[in-house]
Amino acid sequence: MSKSIVLQALVMVILTVNAYAESVFVTLEKDNTLGIIDPLEGKLIKSVPLGVRPRGIALSPDNKILFIATSDENTIKMLDAETFKELGKLPSGDDPETFALSPKGDRMYVSNEDDSMVTVIDIAKKKAIKQIKVGVEPEGITVSPDNKWVISASETTNMVHWIDTQTNAIVDNTLVDPRPRAVMFTNDSQQLWVTSEMAGTLTIIDAKTRQITKNISFAVQGVTPEKIQPVGVVIDKDRKWGYVALGPANRVAVVNAQTFEIEKYLLVGQRVWNLAFSPDQKRLYTTNGISNDMSIIDLDSQTVTKSIGVGTYPWGVAVKP
Amino acid sequence: MIRSMPAYFSAFVKIILIYALFNVNLAVAKSNKQVINIAYLAQQQNPPPVLSNLDPFINNKAEPGAELAIKDNATTGQFTKQSFILKKFIVPVDGSVIEAYTKSIAGKFDFVVLNLSATQLLEIADLPAAKQAVLFDVATSDDSLRNAQCRNQVLHILPSRAMRADALAQYMMKKNWKRWFLVVGTTQEDRLYAEAIKRAAKRFGLEIVAEKTWAHTADDRRTAQSDVAVFTQVDDYDVLVVADEQAQFGEYLDYRTWNPRPVIGTQGLIATAWHKTHEQWGAVQIQNRFKEAAGRWMEEQDYAAYLAVRAIGEAATRTKSNALKEIKNYLLSEQFALQGYKGVPLSFRAWDGQLRQPVLLAAPRSLVSVAPLEGFLHPKNELDTLGYDEPETLCKRSQE
Repeated sequence: MSKSIVLQALVMVILTVNAYAESVFVTLEKDNTLGIIDPLEGKLIKSVPLGVRPRGIALSPDNKILFIATSDENTIKMLDAETFKELGKLPSGDDPETFALSPKGDRMYVSNEDDSMVTVIDIAKKKAIKQIKVGVEPEGITVSPDNKWVISASETTNMVHWIDTQTNAIVDNTLVDPRPRAVMFTNDSQQLWVTSEMAGTLTIIDAKTRQITKNISFAVQGVTPEKIQPVGVVIDKDRKWGYVALGPANRVAVVNAQTFEIEKYLLVGQRVWNLAFSPDQKRLYTTNGISNDMSIIDLDSQTVTKSIGVGTYPWGVAVKP
Repeated sequence: MIRSMPAYFSAFVKIILIYALFNVNLAVAKSNKQVINIAYLAQQQNPPPVLSNLDPFINNKAEPGAELAIKDNATTGQFTKQSFILKKFIVPVDGSVIEAYTKSIAGKFDFVVLNLSATQLLEIADLPAAKQAVLFDVATSDDSLRNAQCRNQVLHILPSRAMRADALAQYMMKKNWKRWFLVVGTTQEDRLYAEAIKRAAKRFGLEIVAEKTWAHTADDRRTAQSDVAVFTQVDDYDVLVVADEQAQFGEYLDYRTWNPRPVIGTQGLIATAWHKTHEQWGAVQIQNRFKEAAGRWMEEQDYAAYLAVRAIGEAATRTKSNALKEIKNYLLSEQFALQGYKGVPLSFRAWDGQLRQPVLLAAPRSLVSVAPLEGFLHPKNELDTLGYDEPETLCKRSQE
């Protein structure tokens, strides 16, 4: 009896360890480092010096290479995701902040905020192959999972630009609410979700028609509307739930991705910026810029389970299985 | 030379022909493009007297702001098939802005950015020829222009003196620095600033324990070091509030008062629409873009001109129109939300044409706070805790 309990417990531990056998990478804008976090231990394992003002971060599809935009060095660094040794640099253009990888990981699209451009990079050749003129202050950028579209959102033009991945040319533009920040496709590439920082809204766009189908306003009791500044957005694989980081409102909104009702607001750290799922999509990791920590949200119970101090001004987040 | 004349002549004819062809092409290209023409009117200034040479005299304040905005509008316009044209009219110091308006702007432009004094602004707004235009005031802070002297077709971009004073008062309330010593210069503008300070003090329950006028003279025997110390021996106060809009003496006050007290107002901690220390909410991006384009820091008037031209662009994009009526209606509607690098959407107060906006509280090298401060509540929009709110306004504007 007791033996079996012990065994059971042991199995549980192993399972838990396995379930959590992932590393969370966080860029620290002011520390100029990469924080490596063990979400099970709930602590920062180590910090790796990067370059000046690291922000955007992504993992290659094979999880072997980390790409990190060091904005004030005007480059995107490639790091070995195991050893954190620098493998090379990509010619990102000026002041790279956010970028997106193609599903295969062969192309990178970078927003050059000050120049109103998107730079297309051939990763294997480490070469910029095209610069696409977009609206003023491009920020959010993403590639549809079916690799049909690159979306660039320009904050001052208030548009999302639909760039054809085959021709690298803008095919269409959709006018959205003021200061669009982040863009994300649903896994089926049918819908584009856009957050607007200034309007405090989430806009759903149909990818076929490129027309807005839904506009959702966030409202949190006891928080003034000015504080509600939607930034990062992610949608789960089954398109059941979407999650939106609300910036200085210090909350993550849980959106029913079928009905577009806002189910609840989860209190996290201060000025929550970016979001990333665990590989099994059971947890959500947030970077909280001002409180210098990361929150872990358990998605089955939709509750915040932990917050981990990571360093000054955590910005981007990526998860390696 | 003479022999080659026919050759020149034929070349000239060719050029005309090419030009004509090109022009036809242009006209065709334009036909499926909406054009939005904007005029910018300013008068050159004589450099004012200065206290120090640290800050060079800038003779084109506002202009590069309008230019940057027209570029931003054009970038957006390439996707909306709209083109934005800015035509600048800079009147020499001894010229007449009224003449420039009547001759070159009236009837030709629906949208006019005015970088002029309050008096000149009123003169232009009252011209019959200026009734059918939207005038964007990017230079004044006059409360009278937003109250009894308001004009239907004028929109004011910079915060009024009342908004600035309220912003300072909110911060002083937060710090609990409630007893003010008001020092006023001798110009009309200084007196208007002082009025706004007094209004704010009354509004927020602050006390002006002493008020003095600083008569600035060139008297050699009066030095800042000795004079200010004597001048500031008044009943005890928490902060010295200075009203010196032309910066004739205000910078002399800090560190020279009898008691150790901070200076706020037109010097020291100032209330402003824009400041070089402002970096939040994407501001650093426009600071960089402006510096690259203009070769200097962005001043308040530059920011105002930027916003004025961007407001026109935003309204044209959203309404998909270049018609005066549609754009004007949209500008004054509740849908209008202008991105102004201050974290909240900016909009116009329908009752007085004032741009609703946060006001920065800045020390020379650090941004101290942004008003409205947390806790100052308003039933509709917290930005309306600054300046003349709807129930208080003396402006009778027809809101058609």
